[in-house]
Amino acid sequence: MKVVVDEEKCVAAGQCVNAAMDVFDQREEDGIVVLLDENPSDDLADDVRTAAAVCPALAIRIEE
Amino acid sequence: MAEADTLAPDEQIYHYQDDRDPKCPFAPPPKLRALNETAPVSRARIWDGSDHWLVTGHAAQRAILSDPRVSSDDKQPGFPYPNKPMADTAHLHPLTIFNADGADHTRIRRMMTRPFTRPRMEALRPKIQQFTDELIDKMLDGPKPADLVTSLSLPLPSLMICALLGVPYEDHEFFQEHAGLATRSDKTTEEQNAANEALGGYLARLLQKKMEEPEEDVLSDFAARIKDGDLTLPEATLLSMILLIAGHETSASMITMGTALLLENPDELARLREIDDTKDAQNAVEEILRYLTIAQFGQRRIAAEDFEFEGVQIKRGDGIIVPLPAGNWDPEAFPEPEKLDLTRKATHHHAFGWGIHQCLGQQLARIELQVVYGTLYRRVPTLRLAVDRDELAFRPADALAFAIPELPVTW
Ligand code: HEM
Repeated sequence: MKVVVDEEKCVAAGQCVNAAMDVFDQREEDGIVVLLDENPSDDLADDVRTAAAVCPALAIRIEE
Repeated sequence: MAEADTLAPDEQIYHYQDDRDPKCPFAPPPKLRALNETAPVSRARIWDGSDHWLVTGHAAQRAILSDPRVSSDDKQPGFPYPNKPMADTAHLHPLTIFNADGADHTRIRRMMTRPFTRPRMEALRPKIQQFTDELIDKMLDGPKPADLVTSLSLPLPSLMICALLGVPYEDHEFFQEHAGLATRSDKTTEEQNAANEALGGYLARLLQKKMEEPEEDVLSDFAARIKDGDLTLPEATLLSMILLIAGHETSASMITMGTALLLENPDELARLREIDDTKDAQNAVEEILRYLTIAQFGQRRIAAEDFEFEGVQIKRGDGIIVPLPAGNWDPEAFPEPEKLDLTRKATHHHAFGWGIHQCLGQQLARIELQVVYGTLYRRVPTLRLAVDRDELAFRPADALAFAIPELPVTW
């Protein structure tokens, strides 16, 4: 699984961190998404899919 | 295909919005719910006799609230204002996080996001727990029955916003009273203006003080931006006021209404008391947020272009109303929506809205609710209403936030 985030679209709602905090973090200065792991392991796949699905700004894309 | 500009006869169109059923006061209004059985998009008539698109389906709400052709600009003619006072004052509204679109919205929002990130809110959990325990101690030491709203629901979010913004604790009563006044729909415009002015003056003075003596808080953050020339003092005052007001009634109402709802669902309440897994506790909060959807009166938008949507032709300048309770009770997204089920996967709810305007304070609200729901019913296992459920005075369906202004409880 490969994860791609769009910092321009991100609105810093924090939903991705809620869903998968091993994969996503928020930038100190303005809360914009920080991708911790571009290729998360299979056991995180469900959480990452949830993160993409709950992002209100549609800023997370998953390339299988 | 539905047509926007043919005016339907009065008796044929849905009048937004009908009242909740007093027998099921926590459920969305019956006619609104019935729309989930027919079409995801329909027409509705509002208080001034104008007709607008009503987007009720969960999937349709997601699509419309994240569509860049849809604007929040409340100065556009045809905007579906929630009520007359809002319509009358719209031309005076400065550009804020609420009514800005696109690049303007990004610029404003990014000045406000820093203090509300999930990691920062998580770090506040011990403080939220401490405030919650102290408020419950005080309530238990006081007379019975007690009003949960003044004992816990209102002071907790108020104390937290105080701490975050960096308002001295000794001023919190002034702060709480005026923030309350500024949002109360039963106050006159004059009373609200006076409260706003008092609050604005107070915050402006604090901002000036933080420019001299910065601390680790949001106001100092804004003060630094004033010094750097990114913000003017009036702009920073407005941002501070928005945070202060938006953070009060909403979280407070979720504490009050969540308690009333759980007391009516003893099996779910018993289940909640037993939860010790963090993820399960988080999910329980999401389900209560979904069920109550206290931002009840519909997000307001206006089409900035012509486009086809869900089989209807939306025209530039058409008003669009998105009643979040309807999406959160759409059986397609939440089977048997009337069932409060704390184990339901509910994270895709719209209680905090959807799209670029999704709630800025949601991570704070979530942790406040996780702490309160995880503490109150364990510490006070005999907690119950001190009046009949039928005696509770719910705010009407056209109040912006669904709430019970007073919740007498005993134990
Ligand atoms: C359970 C509590 C809360 C609920 C249910 C709630 C609900 C909402 C909803 C539905 C919106 C979307 C508005 C729209 O689409 O136009 C929103 C936006 C917002 N909320 Fe909350 N809210 C809560 C708590 C808070 C708190 C604690 C704060 C601040 C400390 C806050 C600050 C804001 C702000 C600033 C916005 C505007 C965001 C934007 O337009 O980009 N809210 N909230």
